[in-house]
Amino acid sequence: MYDFELVKPSTLQEAVAALKDDEAQALGGGQTLLPTMKARLAMAGKMVALSGVAEIKGICTDDAGRICIGGATTHATVAREATGFPALASLAARIGDPAVRNRGTIGGSLANNDPSACYPAGALAANAVIVTPDREIAADDYFQGMFETALDEGEIITEVKFPVPEAAAYEKFIQPASRFPLVAVFVAKFSDGVRVAVTGASSDGVFRWAEAEAALSSDFSAEAVSGLSAPDAGGMISDLHGDGAYRAHLVKVMTARAVKAAH
Amino acid sequence: MAKVTMTVNGKTRTAEAEGRTLLVEWLREGLRLTGTHVGCDTSQCGACVVHVDGEAVKACTALAQELDGAEVTTIEGMANADGSLGVVQQAFQDYHGLQCGFCTPGMVMSAAALLKENPKPTEAEVRHYLEGNICRCTGYHNIVKAVMAASGQDVAPVAAE
Repeated sequence: MYDFELVKPSTLQEAVAALKDDEAQALGGGQTLLPTMKARLAMAGKMVALSGVAEIKGICTDDAGRICIGGATTHATVAREATGFPALASLAARIGDPAVRNRGTIGGSLANNDPSACYPAGALAANAVIVTPDREIAADDYFQGMFETALDEGEIITEVKFPVPEAAAYEKFIQPASRFPLVAVFVAKFSDGVRVAVTGASSDGVFRWAEAEAALSSDFSAEAVSGLSAPDAGGMISDLHGDGAYRAHLVKVMTARAVKAAH
Repeated sequence: MAKVTMTVNGKTRTAEAEGRTLLVEWLREGLRLTGTHVGCDTSQCGACVVHVDGEAVKACTALAQELDGAEVTTIEGMANADGSLGVVQQAFQDYHGLQCGFCTPGMVMSAAALLKENPKPTEAEVRHYLEGNICRCTGYHNIVKAVMAASGQDVAPVAAE
């Protein structure tokens, strides 16, 4: 890893000011960024560690009943404390391994938008709002392809607001070496319809499976999924762990399992 | 370079660190506490697990400067005051939970973290918790037995010989 200057702001205002520097890079829990920097796939003159910014850590419920999670909140904290949204707590409890969950953060995961990360599926399915110092971004506008998001250079996630679905579940088909999903599906049933978000499958990153959403909005049952054909395998990730057709098939299987688990 | 001070195994320790210095480098090279191992250096294997402010952390994926002021426990801090092996360490010896011993510091630290939050885990919970610790010798069964024994539970039901 190339050397850098580490700065440790203790307030959001200081963090935002530090990130105005062209050389600066925000550091969440570092569980992806530090290995990437060790491999010299990323470098920065200045790293701005967000772990000391207390005001963007922790979980609360807002007046609209949404679960609001500070951007620097670790996966372990979400797993333990997001009791108002059990499917989301369960997702957080299955990211990586215990030591990774003690450092990795929700803001870091969503800002990175790895095509196989868990949180993007939860945020997109629950129609979460991504909050930054200057604006709020709807999940539907936020995810813009593999490792691409609506965030500007130096813009950080201060909070993520999750509407709580009537029923929800996250089903993850794990790739055991990396502990990332090979394919995972988050299903969320709201009073006005069902949202289905898929991670690990598409080379465009997390996506909503529209056909399943339509079918499940009129009949929220695993049988409603079994009548569908699997999504098009054309844009699916193909690698040594599974080709596109296999992943497309898994999308259908994991969606049906998630619906079953949500009941 | 900056001076970084942490409480390590109960003692205040200071050593220099660059911005990029990892916690594991600071411990091993700065303090010469070489019990914490570097296995993969890519956060996969768990050989470098230590406790930071009471929580299991992969020391190869944390920056020393960021943790200035933290309280750290390493494998060197796991023995009893008289130098005899701690409960988890003794169980690893009793149940042959190690062969080459390379992964053992991380295994012991992860197991201790598990038992702190869940003093009587089931076998499945032990296996799930140790997902981030890789051992290439034992096949894991004896490690699971050791953790069950360290929690004061019967090891007989542990599957597969």
